[in-house]
Amino acid sequence: MLAMPTTSSPDRVADPLSVTGSEAELRRFLHGLPGVDQVGAEQRAAGLATRSIKTTAKAYAIDLAIRMVDLTTLEGADTPGKVRALGSKALRPDPTDPTCPPVAAVCVYPDMVPHAVAATGGRVHVASVATAFPSGRSSRAIKLEDTRDAVAAGADEIDMVIDRGAFLTGRYREVHDEIVAVREACARADGSRAHLKVILETGELHTYDNVRRASWLAMLAGADFIKTSTGKVQPAATVPVTMVMLEAVRDFRAATGQMVGVKPAGGIRTTKDAVKHLVVVNEVAGPDWLDPDWFRFGASSLLNDLLLQRHKMTTGHYSGPDYVTLD
Amino acid sequence: MSTPDASPFEYAPAPESRAVVSLRPSYGLFVGGEFVEGRGEPFKTVSPATEEVLAELVEANGADVDDAVAAARKAHTRTWSRMSGAERGKYLFRIARIIQERSREIAVLETLDNGKPIKESRDVDVPTAAAHFFYYAGWADKLEYAVPGAGTPRSLGVAGQVIPWNFPFLMLAWKIAPALAAGNTVVLKPAETTPLSALLFAEICQQADLPPGVVNIVTGAGATGRALVSHDDVDKVAFTGSTDVGRAIARAVAGTDKRLTLELGGKAANIVYDDAPLDQAVEGVVNGIFFNQGHVCCAGSRLLVQESVAEEVLDRLKRRMTTLRLGDPLDKNTDVGAINSSAQLARIRELADAGEAEGAERWSAPCELPEKGFWFAPTVFTGVSQAHRIAREEIFGPVLSVLTFRTPAEAVEKANNTPYGLSAGVWSDKGSRALWTAQRLRAGVVWTNTFNKFDPASPFGGYKESGYGREGGRHGLEAYLKGADQ
Repeated sequence: MLAMPTTSSPDRVADPLSVTGSEAELRRFLHGLPGVDQVGAEQRAAGLATRSIKTTAKAYAIDLAIRMVDLTTLEGADTPGKVRALGSKALRPDPTDPTCPPVAAVCVYPDMVPHAVAATGGRVHVASVATAFPSGRSSRAIKLEDTRDAVAAGADEIDMVIDRGAFLTGRYREVHDEIVAVREACARADGSRAHLKVILETGELHTYDNVRRASWLAMLAGADFIKTSTGKVQPAATVPVTMVMLEAVRDFRAATGQMVGVKPAGGIRTTKDAVKHLVVVNEVAGPDWLDPDWFRFGASSLLNDLLLQRHKMTTGHYSGPDYVTLD
Repeated sequence: MSTPDASPFEYAPAPESRAVVSLRPSYGLFVGGEFVEGRGEPFKTVSPATEEVLAELVEANGADVDDAVAAARKAHTRTWSRMSGAERGKYLFRIARIIQERSREIAVLETLDNGKPIKESRDVDVPTAAAHFFYYAGWADKLEYAVPGAGTPRSLGVAGQVIPWNFPFLMLAWKIAPALAAGNTVVLKPAETTPLSALLFAEICQQADLPPGVVNIVTGAGATGRALVSHDDVDKVAFTGSTDVGRAIARAVAGTDKRLTLELGGKAANIVYDDAPLDQAVEGVVNGIFFNQGHVCCAGSRLLVQESVAEEVLDRLKRRMTTLRLGDPLDKNTDVGAINSSAQLARIRELADAGEAEGAERWSAPCELPEKGFWFAPTVFTGVSQAHRIAREEIFGPVLSVLTFRTPAEAVEKANNTPYGLSAGVWSDKGSRALWTAQRLRAGVVWTNTFNKFDPASPFGGYKESGYGREGGRHGLEAYLKGADQ
């Protein structure tokens, strides 16, 4: 197993601001957060997207982005063979180039966890979605069992979904308590705990105000990471949504001293998109987040485009899609 | 230059190529559709980022201005005022399209001569200039609808226009597009530190086959400007620049038949209420004062922040300011470019020092200033009171004065407590409060939850010492039509 990022230590205090005591208290806190002006936020994100990242900066960004990829397959048609292929791709994204770093993790459904663990041998993280992913429409007991099952199978990261129905009807306490419960279900027998990523499914929350509130709610409940999307709902990760979440983790650290990671997932397919996100990480949250422990990309096809661009940077010419592995 | 927090993600230099611009060693004047030798003293224009001499120019003397006005008069009488509006519109559309086609060249030249970041000249100045020509091209054949009740509108004649150095090409568009659409001809004097884009515009006029004399460009400093605005055969004077020069022009024009519009200085307040969307408000404050190095007449140079959020807003503002990238204006990642001239830099330094001497607390974003050229780090003053010079005088640089207020009434009172009245900003998530405030602000433009937004369809201009007359929109045409504003 890899050493876990420091935030996963089980002693992290949940509710560091003591605002989750009652439904009313939690609501007052979340609704007291500064609003997000949609036009202004999108304008700022578009402005950051015009940064021109070239030569050495681009090479740095590409390698960092590769190291941040959670290489994902979440299909009904997934098989052990498919997951094995994904696992070897995760370890050696570019078999022709030993300088190419491995990705951060593979991300699969719970029943594929043993195959992912076998394929990667603990050399990259294995993330499992859980809690009745992607809709989350199941009983609390099933969601917790789903989580325990994935952890027992060897997943060291759990990607849970929040109850968007409860969030949108203002039952924040319920959402909060479920995250706390899932976090407890991430515990292993030896007292350590799998890393918890909380998926907000921002495409179903619709407003940036909701994205900011859901981010804080998840962080107050003890999330190690907040993640945009399941990838099953459009729109998934967009630059402004990621930016609003990065503002939230930045402000959360200022308020509590605790760092939380961010994972945009779904819809990031090109190197250009990935680099834009990294610029936002750098300038909004700050350089401390420029690390796979604190920022991830949930993606599948992105990796191949990063590899093609990496080829281009090292050889000076573009190779075709036949020169990267399909999986 | 590098961001101060040593980030491992160092943006490599990404300079826009200068190759697209072909500078001539020397330029003359543009009179009667041709480039001619001027008869005054030669002067040089430098790149404020490097102090490199870009080209030699010539000051137009009285005789040169006579020639330019005569050429404009002839073009007005014989060609331009007789042409149908639809035909004039065609020329303006053609100019607008050429501006778009040559946009990169104009942007690079503007950045070289002015010192502003390429991303601003590329994304704001040049596209907005083209938009002004497109907008007024559409008005050229619809003038009877521009001034309801004024009958068949007629042009004024020859317009003498004097523009500043902060947005050389955009101000040229603001002045020339409505004048030409309304059937006037123009003699335009660009600022002496930024004449090059106006001379490139002269080439564009040639390329568009604009009839000779419709647009004339005379370069030079104050003496040339005085000769132009006090010329007997000029029917209309339009000036954008400092309030002092504006006063002198108003005196020179007084007692004549000349029509006058003045767009002068400002000391805009950006009011941030405690319920504002804070991250966007901070963006707006940054944009309001550091856009174009603060060389903006409508810059939000006074931040009025509600006391209950003052500390939080300042923290966010300072953190944001540390990510501003100051340096080579041609680098596509530069946010803050060079101060336009050594004279302007001296004025900014003087006022900033006065701020410190009067007891305000000074904080600058940590950044390395290049050795050559004219530079000033983005600076914020806290603990500023209404009596301080930095709260009253226009600094016209990247210097923000922060004041606090407790109630909406106090915010409005402080915002209006200035001899200027060009623009203002209001930040609140509560619509009724924003509207209540906007109604009470004595400023020509009030932005709500945004700042420095310009659109050719929207009139722009000031109250009090910020000048009179409006530019942009239908109102901008009235300044160039007979019977319209009297």
